[in-house]
Amino acid sequence: MTEPAQTLRDSLYRTIRLIRRFEERSIDLVKAGEIGSGIHPCIGQEAVATGVCAALDPDDIILSSHRGHGHLLAKGSDPGRVLAEMAGRVTGIDKARGGSFHPSDLSAGVYNATGTVGHGAAIAAGIAWASAKAGDGKVIVSFFGDGAVSQGALLEGFNLAALWQLPVVYVCENNGYATTLPVETAVAGTITGRGEAFGIPSRSVDGQDPEVVLAAAAEAVARARSGGGPSLIECRTYRYHGHHTFELKARLKYRDETEIAAWRERDPMDIQAARVDAGTRERIDAEIEELLDDVVRFAVDSPRPDAVDAQDYQYATGLRTRAGVADA
Amino acid sequence: MPKLSYLKALNRALGDEMNRDPSVFVLGEDMNLALTNVTAGFLDRFGPDRVIETPLSEQGFTNFATGAAMAGRRPVIEFQIPFLLLLVFEQIANQANKFSLMSGGQHAVPVTYLMPAAGWRTGWGAQHSDQPYSIFAHMGVKTVMPATPADAYGLLTTAIRDDDPVVFFGPLASLGVREDVDFAELAPIPLGVGCVHRKGTDVTVVAIGHLVHDAIAVADELADEVSVEVFDPRTLHPFDWTGLAASLEKTGRLVVIDDANRSCGLGGEILATAAEEMRLIAPPRRVTRPDGAIVGASPELDVALQPTREQLVTAIQRVLKYGGDAA
Repeated sequence: MTEPAQTLRDSLYRTIRLIRRFEERSIDLVKAGEIGSGIHPCIGQEAVATGVCAALDPDDIILSSHRGHGHLLAKGSDPGRVLAEMAGRVTGIDKARGGSFHPSDLSAGVYNATGTVGHGAAIAAGIAWASAKAGDGKVIVSFFGDGAVSQGALLEGFNLAALWQLPVVYVCENNGYATTLPVETAVAGTITGRGEAFGIPSRSVDGQDPEVVLAAAAEAVARARSGGGPSLIECRTYRYHGHHTFELKARLKYRDETEIAAWRERDPMDIQAARVDAGTRERIDAEIEELLDDVVRFAVDSPRPDAVDAQDYQYATGLRTRAGVADA
Repeated sequence: MPKLSYLKALNRALGDEMNRDPSVFVLGEDMNLALTNVTAGFLDRFGPDRVIETPLSEQGFTNFATGAAMAGRRPVIEFQIPFLLLLVFEQIANQANKFSLMSGGQHAVPVTYLMPAAGWRTGWGAQHSDQPYSIFAHMGVKTVMPATPADAYGLLTTAIRDDDPVVFFGPLASLGVREDVDFAELAPIPLGVGCVHRKGTDVTVVAIGHLVHDAIAVADELADEVSVEVFDPRTLHPFDWTGLAASLEKTGRLVVIDDANRSCGLGGEILATAAEEMRLIAPPRRVTRPDGAIVGASPELDVALQPTREQLVTAIQRVLKYGGDAA
């Protein structure tokens, strides 16, 4: 692997740092009651979104998952509008209709994050098919977790993408747990074996190092863009926090502290920080703190939606269905 | 005037839309041989980029269509068997139908789910004989079930042009129905607008799908004793409540005949809404399937569980006992 240019190294560090601090500030807002839904934090997994999205062009498209804030930020969504969405404010990327769980942001090429685990794989294939037929050269990335690899719908998506040689990159963020279920008790065979079964070039890489992820993603993106069909990348990673912020209260015992500590030894932010000079780091860190102060202020100060608008956007045609009571 | 069959109307509507709009394409199983005849001749006319034969992978290709629709296409998925719509209920009701909402209006998902042979067919078994339209209407998915060839043409055209997902049920029992049509007058029919096939003043019969034809036959049969208005909603969601209210304003009596299960079926919803909001001078009645399944393996047992003309006659006679002068 050739070393990336220093500007790219700095940029990768900046993205990881932004995601890390964004998630930490978000957890503060969950605790403060500003994000009523809670969130699925991606702290510990930042190198995956960072490395993959660094391999993409602005016009490329990603499909996210329930643990999607990192994908949005790495793909270029406005952090203030992302946080406002999570906080249920009308200034959010989806006008408070998607929330933390189901974000779309077409301005950044984030098409959606379906809540039905693994089902983005075939949606991605459909977008990729339309792109390929239009000849627009776009590459579609579908992010999912290790839990998704036991879903039949994911494998149906693999089959269609491989059968029709579509420009898709499947990225499995294997963080070791499907909510509380350890991957080794859930997945027979291997994750890459699922791709190989369909003739999809499949690699398992260190998901803690953004430069390793970037190199694997660049190879897969180049294959997709040149008409070579789909790829699968398993990124071995870890989340330091619970599956969801409900674990701040639930204290579920499905993994021990030594395991978490061992993964923290290979922290993606530390790994990339070591490749950036101290002065640059300090400047980036300071810029991010300043940015996030503005982001939090923007989100919290933004208006909440009006209840009379609850049926807006239910239908693309603007159809309004009748009310839930007869004489409303 | 030339005769048009229901099946040919589907073929014609889909072909016309594919001619008119290059973003329209059709996908499904056994498409290359046009097994259901809906797409007869399409592979030659439109080529394999717009007539896509899929593997037996309903969840996968239904999500695939969602993605293609998000990217600007107008997919039409043809399903051969009604229960396949239950297999992909999640993909339609919980995904395709919610992306406009969840994206705050950024996405439209204009997919048409075409089920050209819904309902019971002799000997095809308990798993091939359902009419699951009520559950799509229940979940707020736009759902149409035209009864006549011209309506099939008009509503399939509208479904394809609509920016939201639309499920199209073509009842198997209607596929052979033929009517005289002026081809130049075939036109889109708006969603949510019902049709009075036969005017009457004593009782409104709401009939859904192929049962429209049974209702018209019963109305003719009873013409000497009672004036029956036959109201065909054509669209099940959004429902033409205004049209139904106008009919009941005249008749004040309501019978629904609905080839769906009784509990939580559309017939129950029509009765409830009429009772809450519309003019009724007699307790309304409905004729439905019982809860549970059609047997599907023996015509005698199968037919015993389906709504019949005799049941409709009895229901009409019962509602006529109320309200004084009409009976």
